[in-house]
Amino acid sequence: MMEHIPLNFPFLAAALLAGVAFYIIIFKRNLIKLIMGIAMLASAVNLFLVALGYRAGGNAPIYTDVPPGPMVLPVPQALTLTSIVINVAVLALMLTMVVHIYRHTGDIDSEKSRKLKG
Amino acid sequence: MDFLVTNSPALIVALPLLAAFAIPLVNRAGPRVRDIFSLVIFSLIAFFVAILAVDIHSVGIHVYTFGATAAELALPGGYMVPVRIMFEVDGMSIFMGIIVTTVTLAALIYSLHFMKGQTGQARFYSLMMLLYAGMMGLAFTGDMFNLFVFLEIASIAGAALAAYRTNKADAIEGGFKYIVISAVSALLVLFAIGILYAQYNVLSIAALAYYMQYTPLDMIALGLLAGALVMKLAGVPLHMWAPDTYTVAPAGTTPMILAASYISMYALYRVTFTLYGGLINTTAIGWVVIIVGVLSMFVGVMMAVHQTDIKRMMAYHAISQGGYMLLGVGVCLAVITDPVALASYGRDAMNGGVFHIINHVFYKALLFMTAEAIFFRIGTRDTNKMGGLARNMKWTAGFYIIGALAISGIPPFNGFASKLLIYESVLKFSPVLSVIAMFVSLVTLASFAKVFYSAFTGPPMPAYKEVKEVPKSMIIGMSILAVLIIFFGLFPGLIVDTIVAPATNALIDQAPYINAVMGAVP
Repeated sequence: MMEHIPLNFPFLAAALLAGVAFYIIIFKRNLIKLIMGIAMLASAVNLFLVALGYRAGGNAPIYTDVPPGPMVLPVPQALTLTSIVINVAVLALMLTMVVHIYRHTGDIDSEKSRKLKG
Repeated sequence: MDFLVTNSPALIVALPLLAAFAIPLVNRAGPRVRDIFSLVIFSLIAFFVAILAVDIHSVGIHVYTFGATAAELALPGGYMVPVRIMFEVDGMSIFMGIIVTTVTLAALIYSLHFMKGQTGQARFYSLMMLLYAGMMGLAFTGDMFNLFVFLEIASIAGAALAAYRTNKADAIEGGFKYIVISAVSALLVLFAIGILYAQYNVLSIAALAYYMQYTPLDMIALGLLAGALVMKLAGVPLHMWAPDTYTVAPAGTTPMILAASYISMYALYRVTFTLYGGLINTTAIGWVVIIVGVLSMFVGVMMAVHQTDIKRMMAYHAISQGGYMLLGVGVCLAVITDPVALASYGRDAMNGGVFHIINHVFYKALLFMTAEAIFFRIGTRDTNKMGGLARNMKWTAGFYIIGALAISGIPPFNGFASKLLIYESVLKFSPVLSVIAMFVSLVTLASFAKVFYSAFTGPPMPAYKEVKEVPKSMIIGMSILAVLIIFFGLFPGLIVDTIVAPATNALIDQAPYINAVMGAVP
């Protein structure tokens, strides 16, 4: 059992990150903190994807000058890169919106800056 | 022509993507050139959708593999699993494609005059094209990871469009809610994709469905996917973002964001029917879908009745109408393993639920457009401040009546055709559900009639004496939808046979979808 812990460790870290992120997204009223929560959730998912791609003893799939032995499939890494790029766009858009909300209402507390109800 | 048909799935997504980034450049030649450029490009895309639809109707599933020597070559020689990115377009995908394309065309024409004189128009049309590309990609993709990518493209473009009027605090708030909900749900989808990839080492939907074992991990993935997509399609109890976002989005784009919600519904159906088809406990999942549907129907309409903001009222009705679709599909899912019940009413319920998507998008898009036409002329969405508008805005009033009768399920409009299918088939499954559905329709009629009286009839208000009818392009945009609503209402059998039945068959029988990629392996 003990020898599995190092391999499982990234998955546990991803689960922990996701748990903290969900706590922040659901319970924090500060919009900047909410965005930080979403960024943490994105990191948790990215960590999960990268951890999936790890194979003990595998080589990086760079075909020139590769040492003998099995190569890892680079799909999870490619997915992670794509996901990071997309999340940058999403976070940037959210931050600009919070700047606008602050300009209009003078507050970034989700309860106080709220206009639409019912 | 063959070349165009073969490559149309890729062109339908690539053209709007390129156009989105070309529009700011074209804008330098003047707004008129930009408007014509957008219209011409979009007509070209609509033409591609049309030829693809005709081809799928006669030939069947289209597989488009990117980078392969031949587009149909899903499995290159020597490979057991598909390794390339691919689009897979079947009856259901092209059905969603037709809905999205029609609504976007109407919205684009409507926006030409609506946006006149506003700032940032080049970016507005860019985002519209981007949202269209995201939705079409989501409908056509045969790959779980691209499902996530296109979901995010549609979310970013949709949120930016909803928050387009940055000078208004409520618009920003509606856009912000949409992007938060979309970001969280897209990350949950990605998490589920990671779980599926970890077990089967493939990303293609067909290959995943082929290898699916339905382990406990797969159940977690299904839960994550279903939760995330129900949140995106605004099903009760995860509907709280929808009224805010639909209310504040500028006119032409509200129908598109509405269509984006139903693209998420399509993704939910693709996951439950194709990816997990035949493995899940369909009775239990079917009942979950039915309960979400009935809750959406009831809560949506009850919240709508007392609204005074005309678009907010329509937004709650959109949630309520989404419930009808889930009800029809849920009934089919609950009886899908029972061939007798499936033949007697399950397939009809499914037809009704799927047919209701296209009907609802058309009449709700028309209603949102009439609401924004009023806003365009008098500058308020509050029904208490309106009155006597039918005197000056005859076309808008007429379109509102068509939309309101269609949403309440009154013949001869299209809402009647799909609602009747749902009532009849659900009655055989469980009479109580059918009675609830009819009751919700009655309340819907009452609430639209109330708004009609307060907005369009009554003595002329002195403040609105000078109000004129909206410009021509807005009337043309609305009349496209109105004509389709009446046409669908007069010939429902024709529509069900040509586009709805292939869509439901594609969902109920998952084998052709898998075989198109994996080959006819037993």
